[in-house]
Amino acid sequence: MLTIENLSTVYQSPSAKPVLAASDVNFSVPKGRLFTLLGPSGCGKTTTLRSIAGLERPTTGVITAGNRVVFSGDSKIFIAPNRRQFGMVFQSYAIWPHMSVFENAAFPLRVRSKRLPEKEIKDKVMKMLAAVSLDHLAERQATQLSGGQQQRLALARALVMEPELLLLDEPLSNLDAKLREKMRFELKKIQRELGITTIYVTHDQSEALALSHEIAVMNQGKIVQIGSPRDIYERPKTAFVADFIGSTNFIEGVIRDRSDHGYIVDSAIGSLAADRKDDLTVGTAVSMSIRPEDLRLSETPPTDTNHTVIQGTVSAKVFLGECIDFKIMVNEVELLARCHPSIRTPVGGTIYMSVDPLKCAILNGTASRTASLH
Amino acid sequence: MAMMTPTNEAMGLPGRVMRRLDTKWFVIGGATLVVAWLTLIPLGFLLWQSFHSTGTMQEPAVLTMENYITAFESAESLVLMGNSLQFAFLTAAFALVVGTFFAWVNERTNTPFKSLFFAMSIIPLIIPGILFTVSWIMLASPQIGILNKVFGSWFDIYSMAGMVWVDGLHYAPVAFLLVTAAFRSMDPSLEESAMMSGASVVQTAFKVTLKLAWPAILAAFIILFIRAIESFEVPALLGLPIGLRVFTSAIYDAVHSYPSNIGLASAYAVVLLLITSVGIYYQSRLSNQGSKYSTVTGKGFRPRVADIGRWRYLTGGIFILYVILVVGLPFLVLLWASLQRYYSVPSWNAVQHLSFNAYAKVLAYPGFYTAVWNSVKLALGGATIVMLLTSIICWITIRTKIQGRWLLDVLASLPLVFPGIVLGLSLMVFYLNFDIGIYATLWIMLMAYVIKFLPYGMRYNSTSMVQIHKELEESAAMSGASWLMTFRRVVLPLMKPGLMAGWIYIIVVSVRELSSSILLYSPGNEVISIMIWEFWQNGQYVELSAFGVMMITALFCFIMLVQSVSKRFGVKGM
Ligand SMILES: Nc1ncnc2c1ncn2[C@@H]1O[C@H](COP(=O)(O)OP(=O)(O)O)[C@@H](O)[C@H]1O
Ligand SMILES: [Mg+2]
Repeated sequence: MLTIENLSTVYQSPSAKPVLAASDVNFSVPKGRLFTLLGPSGCGKTTTLRSIAGLERPTTGVITAGNRVVFSGDSKIFIAPNRRQFGMVFQSYAIWPHMSVFENAAFPLRVRSKRLPEKEIKDKVMKMLAAVSLDHLAERQATQLSGGQQQRLALARALVMEPELLLLDEPLSNLDAKLREKMRFELKKIQRELGITTIYVTHDQSEALALSHEIAVMNQGKIVQIGSPRDIYERPKTAFVADFIGSTNFIEGVIRDRSDHGYIVDSAIGSLAADRKDDLTVGTAVSMSIRPEDLRLSETPPTDTNHTVIQGTVSAKVFLGECIDFKIMVNEVELLARCHPSIRTPVGGTIYMSVDPLKCAILNGTASRTASLH
Repeated sequence: MAMMTPTNEAMGLPGRVMRRLDTKWFVIGGATLVVAWLTLIPLGFLLWQSFHSTGTMQEPAVLTMENYITAFESAESLVLMGNSLQFAFLTAAFALVVGTFFAWVNERTNTPFKSLFFAMSIIPLIIPGILFTVSWIMLASPQIGILNKVFGSWFDIYSMAGMVWVDGLHYAPVAFLLVTAAFRSMDPSLEESAMMSGASVVQTAFKVTLKLAWPAILAAFIILFIRAIESFEVPALLGLPIGLRVFTSAIYDAVHSYPSNIGLASAYAVVLLLITSVGIYYQSRLSNQGSKYSTVTGKGFRPRVADIGRWRYLTGGIFILYVILVVGLPFLVLLWASLQRYYSVPSWNAVQHLSFNAYAKVLAYPGFYTAVWNSVKLALGGATIVMLLTSIICWITIRTKIQGRWLLDVLASLPLVFPGIVLGLSLMVFYLNFDIGIYATLWIMLMAYVIKFLPYGMRYNSTSMVQIHKELEESAAMSGASWLMTFRRVVLPLMKPGLMAGWIYIIVVSVRELSSSILLYSPGNEVISIMIWEFWQNGQYVELSAFGVMMITALFCFIMLVQSVSKRFGVKGM
């Protein structure tokens, strides 16, 4: 439905030097899918989204929505944002304070070149407001809405013109934690029910994992990895992705041999079976990522055959309620493991960790600078 | 114990404590008295006078309602009121429409020549009202107007439309600045979401941008309305010759008729004061609730400007036309006239007789150097006094918790409601009656300038005062500095950028001041603007033009100099 090819956007300003805010971005989103741009603040997510919306003019690239080219750097096509007919929810919601709730939501229908009869406008708007459960507040002044209600009104306004594409820029970031959880489910439900193709921008990894069909992780204007939530979490391709999405253990090593699943890697904590599809030569220095919850702990040596088993000493532990974090020393390397509170090994005691090779991801490039525990 | 020593010492030396308190209270009390005296006495006396007959040597003034009866019984006074309101309303509306249009074009579209838009906004500062009016008379009067000669009888500047045209054109840049500020404080996503909803550039402008800026636009309208109803130059030069009178020119007329009717002038002045007071009241209320729609997010990025395609040649063209009308033509016509021996419309014959004769005549004019020197003295003196006085007042109103400090704020802002001519009138009347030896001297004009520009000083100083952290002062006090020392060595230096900007602004507006001076000057005490006025009254058009060209050039150079210097030293707020 939406295809982005080689998109780059530069901010020119007379006083400062140009900022390459999005550089060579490529992705495509099938119809009905929710695609998330995820990355730290300032990485270019909003810029990419605004380029799709037409609020920024990219320097190069092609943007195709459906079978309509809305931007092409080479053939100088630029469709104005008001002619693209994409719905958009802004981070600040951008609810117009001088209009009522109803008028806010009716605006997209009123500014159409083809006028709709008043009755039809009313029906459509009320149906949309009902969908976001704001119909009882239709006559309120928009300034009297709470944060969560404003967010839903912004969504209703974006959806009322039945756009083929919905753009959401951190729609939940201005809500408090409780409401955010609730709206996350609500959003997902509405998106799945309407089957509307959606681009979702967020810096919150758990939001991205919870909502998306597919995630693109961005860093410094570039997409570093695209994949399903599970892919991104379990098989991060770079140290940046592994580090940004959840906490992880980075382990340095050298490839010794191939195995059925991938490779055998020698490291400071012993030799590990690790997973990787593409070709790596024996002898290459690599770094790996193992999630804390993928280090399975036991007090006696486990017997699984295909799992790597590592022995260590507990150096510290933190009780977190639903789980417990262990810091475990293995040959001068400290690992973080997270497990069920039923394990009660005392500090100083010996403990065994087993790792599924599939959960031990070899990263691109070495991560020695970022190797850290979280 | 060592920490206690200074306190103990102070306790042991009550005299020193007393002295410390003394300077502070002495300064505070003094400033309060000065401000009260400056602003309240003229106002009070104006009211008194309006209820009294004009006293003469033979018969003392008596209590009477006569003035108000004269002012309001005749049908003529209704006409006067109608004219004043009509003129102010139309002028404000015209200036606002032009200014808002340019603000939108500049902030929201990709119109060419945008870098010139802000330069345009200092035009009312550079070209004084009287010169602007005179130059438009030379352009569009039925007898000598060049445009009327070129395009046939095209436009009669001596009319209500002419007055609105000249004053509105001149003050559109003020509207531009006010509305621009409102547009800039708007959350860009409010307009972007309208675009995303399918609204066109024009729909977005009318349904969102202007609606959201509405409180600010209304406030701008009131400011412009007050300024227009106080306007003296335009109604005096364009209205009086055809008997079209507004309050300001009627006051001037009443004072200058024979015998002069001060009582009637005062009654008009009181009515005018009432109108401006109501205006100021609503304007301050509007700006207090201005935050109603302010939805500014912390993001510093400006919204992307809309590409308006070929329309931008039109908007750019309109802007150039405006610059021609407001700077190009007026300056050129003055320049042309200044190079003549006798005023004449441009022609081949006239071109052959160009000369610098007028400049030589002006420079040899006996009163020339006195007038310039008087203006310089008044500008420098007035600006310095205002900035120092208001720095103390701002300190009191912002820093202290003294009861009733708001009253001081109100007092210092009171002159906002005084039209220049009313201020001139009330000072004249007061010091005529209570002779302390300043009537008909430069001192009374200095006093008028100080009063008139007090509010500007307040604005510049309070902006910079609120930015100075209180602890900076407190730490000076903890280091043992006295109040006076702290004020002189810490507060004033920190406020320097604001002080400088305000000082320069007041210098520039002082040099152009006419409407108060016109009732207060006396032979030998002329200032630059009065000299221009006299040239006009005497029909010395070429001398006037030469003088005007020199004045505009000098003001222009001064402002350019100041701007390049202040860029270097980081003086903000010009
Ligand atoms: N209008 C703008 N002008 C100049 N630089 C900008 C503008 N908008 C964003 N940037 C810069 O571009 C980069 C990417 O910004 P943005 O896309 O907003 O990041 P994100 O949404 O991922 O936090 C940042 O470095 C930001 O400072
Ligand atoms: Mg962002």
